[in-house]
Amino acid sequence: MPELLQLTVNGLPLSAMIEPGRTLLRVLRDDLGRTGTKEGCDDSECGACMVLVDGRPVNSCSYLALQASGREITTVEGLASADALHPLQRAFLEGGGIQCGFCTPGMLISAAALIARDPDPSDEAIRDGLAGNLCRCTGYQPIVAAVRRAAAEMRGDPV
Amino acid sequence: MTERFAGPTTVEAALAILASDAAARPVAGGTDLVVAARQGRKSLPESIVAIDRIAGLDHHAVVDGALVLGSLTSHEWIADSAEVRSTWSALADASSIVGSPATRATGTIGGNLMNASPAADTTAPLVSLGANVMLRAMGRGSRIVPVASLALAPGRTAAAADELLTTVIVPPPPPGSGSAYIRLEYRRAMEIAVVGAAVLITLASNGSIAGAVIALTSVAPTIVRAPEAEAALVGEAANAATFRVAAEAAAAAARPIDDVRASADYRRAMLVVVVARTLAAAAARARGESIPIPASRWAPGREV
Repeated sequence: MPELLQLTVNGLPLSAMIEPGRTLLRVLRDDLGRTGTKEGCDDSECGACMVLVDGRPVNSCSYLALQASGREITTVEGLASADALHPLQRAFLEGGGIQCGFCTPGMLISAAALIARDPDPSDEAIRDGLAGNLCRCTGYQPIVAAVRRAAAEMRGDPV
Repeated sequence: MTERFAGPTTVEAALAILASDAAARPVAGGTDLVVAARQGRKSLPESIVAIDRIAGLDHHAVVDGALVLGSLTSHEWIADSAEVRSTWSALADASSIVGSPATRATGTIGGNLMNASPAADTTAPLVSLGANVMLRAMGRGSRIVPVASLALAPGRTAAAADELLTTVIVPPPPPGSGSAYIRLEYRRAMEIAVVGAAVLITLASNGSIAGAVIALTSVAPTIVRAPEAEAALVGEAANAATFRVAAEAAAAAARPIDDVRASADYRRAMLVVVVARTLAAAAARARGESIPIPASRWAPGREV
């Protein structure tokens, strides 16, 4: 039996009638049109589907959409403001932290979650924070550098 | 296919659904349930009771020296807790390496136990620390079950279908003791233990071993104790030679299988290394030396 799902995505209240076994990833992409969140492995291995649920990182491929009912979801589309990219997005772009780009939404969300917990992460903490995200272009060094730089900018340190 | 979904906010409401709907299964973080369904290992339950909004299951406290955790306690909380890290270190070792930051933020200790995987990271530490769980059902109250006898087989527990794991109780470790959990892993994230070991070791005032509890991960259908290895330690000096002998004795408790992660032979060989290393880490902690959490990242000296 379809159930009514009501949730907030990037500040916008949205709703859909969905079958109870569907995942948050599929509902975000197929029902709510938020395709920034990617399906990589669909198996919680790669992190391309990462979103924030009430501020906490979640593999949306392995999270039942109805469990997100009433909660605040942040997807990659929610990082930028109306007129400027998020510091993480800018650092990824300017530092070459993007190759094919498929892992990028998940990397950005995991990095945002990490910086929220630890505003001044060491390189090791950055690697741990992104350990659930795979980049098949293997561009990890510039990704780590971009997170380091964005964290510094967000702290107000000179970069 | 899932037909019914409920999101109760009280334990009583969840128990009522579990009692009245025979197909109902609880889900907390969902990190195991949905992946298992996706991989075709176990389809999603026909009826899902999402318990993640039950405030009464999300508590944590130290009561009379014991660690009392609601079943919704996340791995992230456990890994960050200064008290767990210093007093129940093996549990912090385990929770800090479960999955990825996302898994740790969402995944719960109750879910890890009730999933009954032979590779569950928190189970062996809880067995070595002598933990119990509280299972509650409508009309029957609560009963206490040792973590060591909760899992019966992969994916199967001693809990009845209408019972909910509400609380995990970890007793205070004995004076002079230290604990550790180490697993062999390949990627350091989204990993399942190739083999793992948890140790609680107690040292006498002269530094010899007064007692030890060893539990093994991923070498049998459930987490198992290693009684031969435990017996080999009592009264001995806490040094590398003793740990090696005990680690070899631990192989007697292992019945590993071949699977995608490792062959049974490799598991048996690596179990000896992992048990010796875990004994060294736990003994060092018992002596008050600082071993980083997670101990799996600790690189011991050549003496091990």
